[in-house]
Amino acid sequence: MAFLDFVPNLGRRVSLMVLNLGTATRFLLWSLVAVINRHFSMQQLFKQVYGFGVRSLLLMMVAALFTGMVLGFQGYYALVRFGATSALGTLVALSLLRELGPVLTALLFAGRAGSALTAEIGSMKATEQLSAMEMMAVNLFAWVVAPRLWAGIIVVPVLCAIFDLVGVFGGYLISVPVLGVDGGTFWAQMQSNVTFSGDILTGLFKALCFGLVVTWIAAWQGYAARPTAEGVGNATTRSVVTASLAVLGLDFILTALLFT
Amino acid sequence: MEKRAIDWWVGIFVLLGIAALVVLALRVGNLSGFAYNDGYVLHADFSDVGGLKVRSPVKLGGVTIGEVTRIGMDPKTFMAHVTMRIEPKVKLPTDTGASIYTAGLLGEQYVAIQPGGMPQDLKPGGTITMTQSAVNLDQLIGQMVFNKASGSK
Repeated sequence: MAFLDFVPNLGRRVSLMVLNLGTATRFLLWSLVAVINRHFSMQQLFKQVYGFGVRSLLLMMVAALFTGMVLGFQGYYALVRFGATSALGTLVALSLLRELGPVLTALLFAGRAGSALTAEIGSMKATEQLSAMEMMAVNLFAWVVAPRLWAGIIVVPVLCAIFDLVGVFGGYLISVPVLGVDGGTFWAQMQSNVTFSGDILTGLFKALCFGLVVTWIAAWQGYAARPTAEGVGNATTRSVVTASLAVLGLDFILTALLFT
Repeated sequence: MEKRAIDWWVGIFVLLGIAALVVLALRVGNLSGFAYNDGYVLHADFSDVGGLKVRSPVKLGGVTIGEVTRIGMDPKTFMAHVTMRIEPKVKLPTDTGASIYTAGLLGEQYVAIQPGGMPQDLKPGGTITMTQSAVNLDQLIGQMVFNKASGSK
């Protein structure tokens, strides 16, 4: 009998998943269009940009510097065997601009800001602040979710641009003064192989998509959390795990679509 | 007071991002390559362009004076047709030659210009007739091996 239960259980799980996905998508759309609602305030948006962006700046810059330096080292040891260290600048810049910049920014953002966002909205729900707002006829999407969602969409590409720049600088710092690659070749090879629209802007577009997805998942997990201390804790964990996996999966799809 | 401080920080944050993008565009992506946009166009036909690419540099005496803007195929002569954009202040004589060289043994390929001595200059849209194709490393090695084999007979 236990074997026969397997089929309806699977069916219930799948239909629940589809239902959840649909509700989450509606949640996203309502929040995105809530910008035109009178309860949406620019001040709230700025506050979130400050919280997500300005306060993650140092973390991003340190992470980018080390990523760039490691890329410089590893690239050098791989290329020096072929006497092709002149391609080191290209290697560092392309890896950062196309993949590592957007993905690492998004992963760090999910850990640094996404988790906090889930916990914040989850606690608001657990302490019945969300219900209270509903009682006062305040539009939840416009007042709480939309500023955070839009802040995520704005902040992640900006952080990614800074990440890319600091990363390339880190790569330069290791390649030229430490490993003795010629500085002129480093920049010239980079400049002749990196295109503005094909590599830089595509990377930032990726970052924009990641920003949307990470904040969406984080906000939704907080909103859908069980209103208990344990529920908020679980939701925070789930938020970081789901967002990280979503970023990596989406990155694969975007790379396949954009770089052909 | 608190609100104004946040506004300042957000402004600085966004400006920092824009500045990073501009520096990336100029320093990494070489968007300043538009400097050649006001240059004039020259054509040259090669029998083999090797690994030459669009945006490959055009050099005279080792100094970059332009870039390759288009590489096509002439269907009548079966020659590779290379279009280049040259800095306007560089005027080349009509008997100028063009060759495709490689920077280092395995480096990127570029068009090297050897200026001639004629008094007239090439007009914009003109064609460089004296061309020398890319050195094909595989072919060279093949030739060398072949010569070795026939020499030891």
